[in-house]
Amino acid sequence: MDDLLADFLTETHEGLIALDAALLRLERAPDDRPTLSEIFRLVHTIKGTCGFLGLARLEKVAHAAENVLGRYRDGTLAVTQDGISLILRALDAIRAIVAGLEASGAEPPGDDAALIAALDAAAEGEAPAAARAAPPAAEDAAPEAGGAAAPAPEAAASGPAPSPAAAAAGPTAAGPAAGGAPQTIRVSVDVLEDLMMLVSELVLTRNQLLQLARAQGDSALTVPLQRLSHITSDLQEGVMKTRMQPIGNAWAKLPRLVRDLGLELGKKIALEMRGAETELDRQVLELIRDPLTHMVRNSADHGIETPEERRAAGKPETGRITLSACHEGGQIVLEIGDDGRGLPVERIRAKALAQGLATEAELAQMSEREVLRFIFRPGFSTASRVTAVSGRGVGMDVVRANVERIGGTIDLRSREGQGTTFTIKIPLTLAIVSALIVEAAGERFAIPQIGVVELVRVGAGTDHQAPRVERIKDAPVLRLRDRLLPLVSLADLLRLERPRGTDAAAEERFVVVTQVGARVFGIIVDRVFDTEEIVVKPVAPILRHVTMFSGNTILGDGSVIMILDPNGIARATGVAGDGAGEESGSAGAAEDAAGLAATAALRSDAKTAMLLFRAGGEATPKAVPLGLVARLEDIPRERIELSGGVPVVQYRGRLMPLVPLSAGGWPAETAHGGGRQAVLVFNDRDRAMGLMVDEILDVVEEPLRIERGPAQRPGYLGSAVLQGRVTDVIDTAWWLRQAGEDWFAAPPAGAEGGARHAVGPRLLLVEDSAFFQHLVVPALAAAGYAVTAVGSPLQALKLREAGAMFEAIVSDIEMPEMDGFAFAQAVRGGGPWARLPMIALTARADPADAARGRAAGFTDYVGKYDREALLASLRECLAPPVALAAADPPGEEGHAA
Amino acid sequence: MQTMTTPAPPRAAASGPPPALVLAERGGEEIFLTLTVAGQSCAVPVLAVRDVLATQAITRIPLAPPEVAGSLNLRGRIVTAVDLRRRLGLPPREPGEAAMNVVVEQQGELYALLADAVGEVMPLPREGFAPNPPTLDPLWREISRGVHREDGRLLIVLEVERVLAIR
Repeated sequence: MDDLLADFLTETHEGLIALDAALLRLERAPDDRPTLSEIFRLVHTIKGTCGFLGLARLEKVAHAAENVLGRYRDGTLAVTQDGISLILRALDAIRAIVAGLEASGAEPPGDDAALIAALDAAAEGEAPAAARAAPPAAEDAAPEAGGAAAPAPEAAASGPAPSPAAAAAGPTAAGPAAGGAPQTIRVSVDVLEDLMMLVSELVLTRNQLLQLARAQGDSALTVPLQRLSHITSDLQEGVMKTRMQPIGNAWAKLPRLVRDLGLELGKKIALEMRGAETELDRQVLELIRDPLTHMVRNSADHGIETPEERRAAGKPETGRITLSACHEGGQIVLEIGDDGRGLPVERIRAKALAQGLATEAELAQMSEREVLRFIFRPGFSTASRVTAVSGRGVGMDVVRANVERIGGTIDLRSREGQGTTFTIKIPLTLAIVSALIVEAAGERFAIPQIGVVELVRVGAGTDHQAPRVERIKDAPVLRLRDRLLPLVSLADLLRLERPRGTDAAAEERFVVVTQVGARVFGIIVDRVFDTEEIVVKPVAPILRHVTMFSGNTILGDGSVIMILDPNGIARATGVAGDGAGEESGSAGAAEDAAGLAATAALRSDAKTAMLLFRAGGEATPKAVPLGLVARLEDIPRERIELSGGVPVVQYRGRLMPLVPLSAGGWPAETAHGGGRQAVLVFNDRDRAMGLMVDEILDVVEEPLRIERGPAQRPGYLGSAVLQGRVTDVIDTAWWLRQAGEDWFAAPPAGAEGGARHAVGPRLLLVEDSAFFQHLVVPALAAAGYAVTAVGSPLQALKLREAGAMFEAIVSDIEMPEMDGFAFAQAVRGGGPWARLPMIALTARADPADAARGRAAGFTDYVGKYDREALLASLRECLAPPVALAAADPPGEEGHAA
Repeated sequence: MQTMTTPAPPRAAASGPPPALVLAERGGEEIFLTLTVAGQSCAVPVLAVRDVLATQAITRIPLAPPEVAGSLNLRGRIVTAVDLRRRLGLPPREPGEAAMNVVVEQQGELYALLADAVGEVMPLPREGFAPNPPTLDPLWREISRGVHREDGRLLIVLEVERVLAIR
């Protein structure tokens, strides 16, 4: 059975049981609004899900029932016993269909017309008469109508006989259930929570035992204790894992949902998902699954316009819904955005007035943002018509309620005609994060690794290699490379008393360089321990006002430790963003220079400056594009130290990881042998890593033609003939990754517009729509390209005259003045760009058009806006991929958000 | 966050066999756990108490209100410790002087009330109760439900919820 269907069946069974109970409650108390809302939502959910699973019969029944419930909820129809009976009969019909579905995998045939007619009549207010007419029909659909919550196999056996599949399944009623038994079981979160607690206790007990054993030196215990220790660790990890799931799990159904909605609504919709690997606590995930589905459905139904409307508005026909998730500043940030019509502020205002949610005077004083927030009120829907998809005002209030239930916030921004984006922030709560454990004034704290850029050792007076903390009046600062880093002392910030006898100034200390948004600052701490995976627990309510902490946790040794919130620290210290902004500007310029140098190496037809060297004791020379190498260094071997088993060297005021370019790793004993070590230093933004090589041979400038060898070695792109010798061309990206850092993540927030990588093929984007430029440029930049965007082919041709050079051109087709075809002809007609790959990006991707494009000179033709296809096409056009970005398929777009 | 909310029967480790829950409210009397804070006898309703622990390693929480002594680890759950001496405006404990932890739960969160000593679990008859005298320190009036007269001593009956209403 389809996973989707199995999930649906499980959910629906639960829903039906809840509905039975709720309906009976409602019958006793017809005015119980919360119960009514609950019932409505449950039915709405069933209907919504079966809508996109293509279960037409089920959907019709649920829709009719929902209509009646909708009238009840709006108060336009009184809740009567007959009405409730009718709804219950509808539920029984649903149950019977579900049972058939379970048995055969398809909806059993049957006619619910009478039941639906009765429900429709009830919705029109003619309940009593119609209801009396209904029973036979309902009975027909659901023989088990009397029994509330009839178990599924029973219903399947006695139910819809006409289906041969069902009949076959009948004799072995247990069969389908057993065969379809899912690989997963539902476990109550309480059970997991208890398990987690027990495991924590076990860990503590284990630690105590280990300590005792160590103290006694009793070897008889050592071996079993070690086993116990390992098992405990594995158990702990396992239990932790049971709670964590990538958010992609909650998104799995969305592509299909969007596709089906697109077909149903006659719209072209593309769904883009980023950061699917972001891990969330299971419970949190469950709670946001439905809200997310609702929101995507809303975006598709209300947000995205029809292709005709979009064309008229000058937008690409295909609407886009973007989902992204990332960890940010101790929170999980989810964004659901569309490029549709945006929320109608005036309509919301009018509706709020009509519903009496606010007076005219109040509305007049409200900002647009506040007005928009009315959509989070229960029963508020601006859709002018009720469709089967949405428009009943259920949804956004549920979304908000669910998000707030897990302590999150939801916000939205919307521009009419441009789209709506919802931002959901969920506190880390139970999420596991990696944190740096530091000490200040004898107390330990955890700093989430997410905000830590680097660690710098400072201060010891005698050591001239380490940078020193300097003071401008009272403000501590650090000269870090070419920037002046504002510092805050953790001990001062938290008003910690230093133990007597320690002089704050003289000691050797550490600066944790931290980035919050665009701001970079350093936190002075006394010691840095290790990084540890920690389970974030919220602080007690009486401590919530202390904004310096985002939570607390229990470390492996059982001690409680506070988790620092870099955001809170930045706010508390007023570390301003102005300075940081300037820095990123100058860094950007440096990157541009590096980018130019590096990209010169990219063109396969031009001569490329290559650095030749020998490494790993192999005779075959190796080569790397010179443009990628920042510096060549010759380091005394005794300066190489081991940190966590990785060789590092203190380099320009910080630790630089060194990666040996050899198969066997780096033999530590060579450190004592004296001599010097040749190192190629690679730089990106403010990170550096060194590649240890045996010997630097030469720099040559030759055309580079890389042949991929039969056996692809990791770390090598292939071989090329340089200076008449076969030379291995190294995959720089692969080696950089060995240094453990994520070199390909886009620069953190604040780099808007300048999101260029130091190295990356230069692209020229010709696109008249500013909107579309905004869409494409960041996506390409995130994939590692340096993008220059112009608004028209004429501007592009001016760039050509000015001598600008690119590795490829991506162009729109439909543009005023000069269209893409004419532009392609102009480019191909001669000049320095004549041989550049050109990719057409167009909404008109039919074969005839593509043929015309190829005739005009385009290398490839990509639909608008198929990001994956565009990136794939670019990769193909720009082969051989010598550069970092080109060699590294953009699988990291999750970080681009 | 959903936390474990099953109220565990109080484990009054310091005072012999745990009282059965059925005894917690019997006839006209309620059952209390008595504590001593800087020589002052206090009482908390025993139903509010989840655990009584001997001295624990407590992590200080910088910038927290002075009444908050820190946090401690109770079988994998983080418990916020509130020093009753500070809460009641009494002189601080001498360094090295041990404190008992009376663990209470409020809205799914655990708190430890630090007392100098934990006495016994005992029923207090209704008729022994008197409202707070108007001359009582306003700080005490705020967190006390009333005074219980006993032979030879007066018990301040603490309202746990208000004790924890710091700020």
